Amino acid sequence: MTTNSTADLLQVLNEHGEVVRPDLLPDASTLTMLYRAMRRIRHFDERAVVLHRQGRMGVFPPYGGMEASQAGTALALTPEDWLLPTYRDTGAALAYGLPVSTTVAYWRTSPHGWAMPEHLKVLPFYIPIATQYPHAVGCAVAEARQGTQNVAMAYIGDGGSSEGQFHEALNFAGALNAPCVFILQNNGWAISVPTRTQTRATNLSKRADGYGIPGVRVDGNDIIAVYHAASEAVARARRSEGPTLIETVTYRVKPHTVSDDPSRYRTEDLTREWEAKDPVVRLAAYLRAQKLWDDAHEDALQSEIVEEFEAAVREADTYPEPSPTEILDHVFAEPTPQLRAQGEELRREVNA
Amino acid sequence: MTAAPPTKPATRTMTMVAAINDALAIALERDPAVHVFGEDVGVMGGVFRATDGLQARFGAQRVFDTPLAEAGIVGMGVGMGLAGLRPVAEIQFAGFLYPALDQVLSHVGRYRHRTRGRYHVPMVVRAPYGGGVHTPEQHADSPEAILAHVPGVKVVIPSTPTDAKGLLLAAIEDPDPVFFFEAIKLYRSTKEEVPEGHYTIPLGKARVVTEGDDVTVITYGGMVDVSRKAADAARAHGIGVEVIDLRTITPLDTETVLASVRKTGRAVVVTEAPRTGGYHSEIAAVIAEEAIDALLAPVVRVTGFDAPYPPFTSIEDTYRPNPARVARAIKQVMAY
Repeated sequence: MTTNSTADLLQVLNEHGEVVRPDLLPDASTLTMLYRAMRRIRHFDERAVVLHRQGRMGVFPPYGGMEASQAGTALALTPEDWLLPTYRDTGAALAYGLPVSTTVAYWRTSPHGWAMPEHLKVLPFYIPIATQYPHAVGCAVAEARQGTQNVAMAYIGDGGSSEGQFHEALNFAGALNAPCVFILQNNGWAISVPTRTQTRATNLSKRADGYGIPGVRVDGNDIIAVYHAASEAVARARRSEGPTLIETVTYRVKPHTVSDDPSRYRTEDLTREWEAKDPVVRLAAYLRAQKLWDDAHEDALQSEIVEEFEAAVREADTYPEPSPTEILDHVFAEPTPQLRAQGEELRREVNA
Repeated sequence: MTAAPPTKPATRTMTMVAAINDALAIALERDPAVHVFGEDVGVMGGVFRATDGLQARFGAQRVFDTPLAEAGIVGMGVGMGLAGLRPVAEIQFAGFLYPALDQVLSHVGRYRHRTRGRYHVPMVVRAPYGGGVHTPEQHADSPEAILAHVPGVKVVIPSTPTDAKGLLLAAIEDPDPVFFFEAIKLYRSTKEEVPEGHYTIPLGKARVVTEGDDVTVITYGGMVDVSRKAADAARAHGIGVEVIDLRTITPLDTETVLASVRKTGRAVVVTEAPRTGGYHSEIAAVIAEEAIDALLAPVVRVTGFDAPYPPFTSIEDTYRPNPARVARAIKQVMAY
């Protein structure tokens, strides 16, 4: 099965906690930065599920187990770059800088979560599969045409790479030398369909070959390798050397969404196998072994994260529910006569 | 935002395709954010030469050929628009737009809404449409109703060179996505004096082509000429026909339509799209909702048929409404 294959897989820190590529090991402050980011987004993932159970969050797609894949890629960007996340990539958006309160609001279906902050170039979580890949090419082409060095990073899953627009976008990006970084998170499943049913291919990074662009296959549970590959790809794009496809080989240990029951389609054996490769635990063990981390650091970080999250939820709690007439807002810059008439109809309806 | 043509404008005789080319050149000249792209638009100047000479004049960064993939073209345009450019994409034929409908339905019309105004897509997608010139299979479709049904997009369909230029400049300057359908039949069949330089014609304002008191014919694009011919024939029989060219179907100028129908009491709607669920049905519904008291006869639709557009030259004109069919519909509503 694809996700078990380690051929051509870039690793720096393997699942046994051994450094296999010492030449790619970053400095201590980068290592702790990566760890903090993973711990922070894991907390969000765990709490989001709890909030859902309490009726304080809408349907949420968890990303637990994929923290390295998400944080390791998004941390390679600056706020001048574009981030185009799917619904699975809340962790990437948080690592990129999306405020926790905005993120909570989004998954509560509040309009406050739809208005992404002015200082970031993050687009709302994409629900349709692969449709944002051509957008990333367009963002990247526009940046290049306007003479910036900004890049666009877009996410997709192994299932999404079956969509036609994934292939169109890779081809466009190569043909137009677009400064794009395509992240293909191979997390083993598209809801209930395993990768082996999606495709006969066993190394999805090789899809890049068909478009004349570099493809890199990374251990998606090794944030050091992921961050290295993403940073290299971003640097290439900034140097006008074009797009890169990065396949992060990981696993969705959590269900598709909080409403999904994965026991219908998979056994827990494989999930347990992947839990043993947990990206957060792996880096923590290494940092502790290197005396770069200890219980005091962990406790301090935990308090910081909890405080940030609770404050954000309190803030999101203050966001008012939208008024019914907001349905018709922001369709066009100026409402058409038809929308104006429908607005009056709606106001009469609401007041009736 | 709209500047009327100067009172004594310098003009030049142009076909519609020349007027479109002129509008694109003016837009590229005026605004460095405007970028024109699609299949064959660069070196070749487009299959109908609408972009002829633009790459030579504005360079391959501003006017460029893309890979052959319609969803990619429209989807890339979305990203370009989000990131601050004014993309003007060309799809070679409206019947080739279908692979891009995922982008249209999923994103093009939704961006302003799904970001609560933070981002918008000021994109124009140009596509030739319609029959009457004996094209191969799937080149003559009129899919405007599909687009008009998508919230957040505007649909413009000019019928004269002067309108094509002014409406296209307005579409490019519009902050929202606009689909701009150009009747293939009209590209080179009509010529007129077109004002030189920059001017715009506002989206959402219909044009009264001919005035009359007995019947209103509501139409757009390639059917305006057909309807005008039918109106001329009816006038010879003493029937006053008011032909309204909608110019844009979303937004729809209901005011002009309803004022005319209230005056005449009879309405015929003419398009070359298939009958069921077409935009003509929307117009008929608006008239029924707003002006039924004024009607002296049921609204009649003159359209194509609920069948794929036939690529058979000898019978193509049977599918596409002609002046005789429109004239029969006018007689029908007069005789009711």
